[in-house]
Amino acid sequence: MTDDLLTRLLGPADPELGCEACFDELDRYVEVELAGDDADAAVPGMRPHLSGCPACAEEHESLRDLVAGQT
Amino acid sequence: MTLPAEVQVGRTDGWLPTTESGLPACYGEPRFGGASLFGRKTCRAGVANPQLTPLTAHPDVTDDRDSEAWLAALRADGPERDRAIARLHALLLRAARFEVARRRGSPHLREADLDDLAVQSADDALVAVLAKLDDFRGDSRFTTWAYKFALLEAAVKLRRRAWHGRELPTAPEHWPESAAGSAAAAADDAAQRELLATIRDAIAEELTSRQREVLVAVALNDVPIDVLAERMETTRGALYKTLHDARRKLRRALGGELP
Repeated sequence: MTDDLLTRLLGPADPELGCEACFDELDRYVEVELAGDDADAAVPGMRPHLSGCPACAEEHESLRDLVAGQT
Repeated sequence: MTLPAEVQVGRTDGWLPTTESGLPACYGEPRFGGASLFGRKTCRAGVANPQLTPLTAHPDVTDDRDSEAWLAALRADGPERDRAIARLHALLLRAARFEVARRRGSPHLREADLDDLAVQSADDALVAVLAKLDDFRGDSRFTTWAYKFALLEAAVKLRRRAWHGRELPTAPEHWPESAAGSAAAAADDAAQRELLATIRDAIAEELTSRQREVLVAVALNDVPIDVLAERMETTRGALYKTLHDARRKLRRALGGELP
């Protein structure tokens, strides 16, 4: 509970993308991720943003699951 | 492009900039939600993948995984383009319904509204995809790229529908007792109790009123950021920047106390 609260209040410690850049890179990030490659190296700043932005995290999960279900 | 004051930042302080100016070229411009998705300057104008342009033949799309065939058909004339657009709409509708299905059962969404919402999302996503066709860089399959527009449209509409008519908890009284206060009281670790008390003081003393409102709503009360952006008449990107700045201030205020 407290750790989760701290995460939500303080956000990611590492440098992150903004929402716009996250949307721009989301399709590439998901495909790299589903290919089993290092998506966080391919798109630096994406993982911290997804941990700090619930809306972008939801959209990432949706795209990942949708594409995973069709390949 | 003139950016609002709240998004005029340097390239330090926790951001990963994508342009020389320290911000994505499109940062802060309206993008998320309905018609505001359109007409913006692309972040990557002129960086098209040469493998994707232009094709001499325009075959109908026979394989959804064939990005070049999608682009060729959507740039064709007449019935071929019409068929490609119909197929694209069906694909976007599939994505929108996928998003709707994930949220089915939410107490704030009426079942009867959901399919209309999916169709509206597919319609809006279709317009967005066609308007941004030249932005597609070929970094992913065309279908993956297109899906994200439908998922975004559906997610934004669903969040807004779920919060329609509800008061947004942004006032300071919504944070201490409901979240940080009770968590501090429950924390059996003295260091964590002290940390939470410091955060509470920093929220009161270090943040601007707008930063406090955004932090309270998004981080403590789970208000979706695009819902708050709509109520505050700003963009999701600008509001996330406000949240980011608030969090950095809190981190600075905590200094060596951070675990």
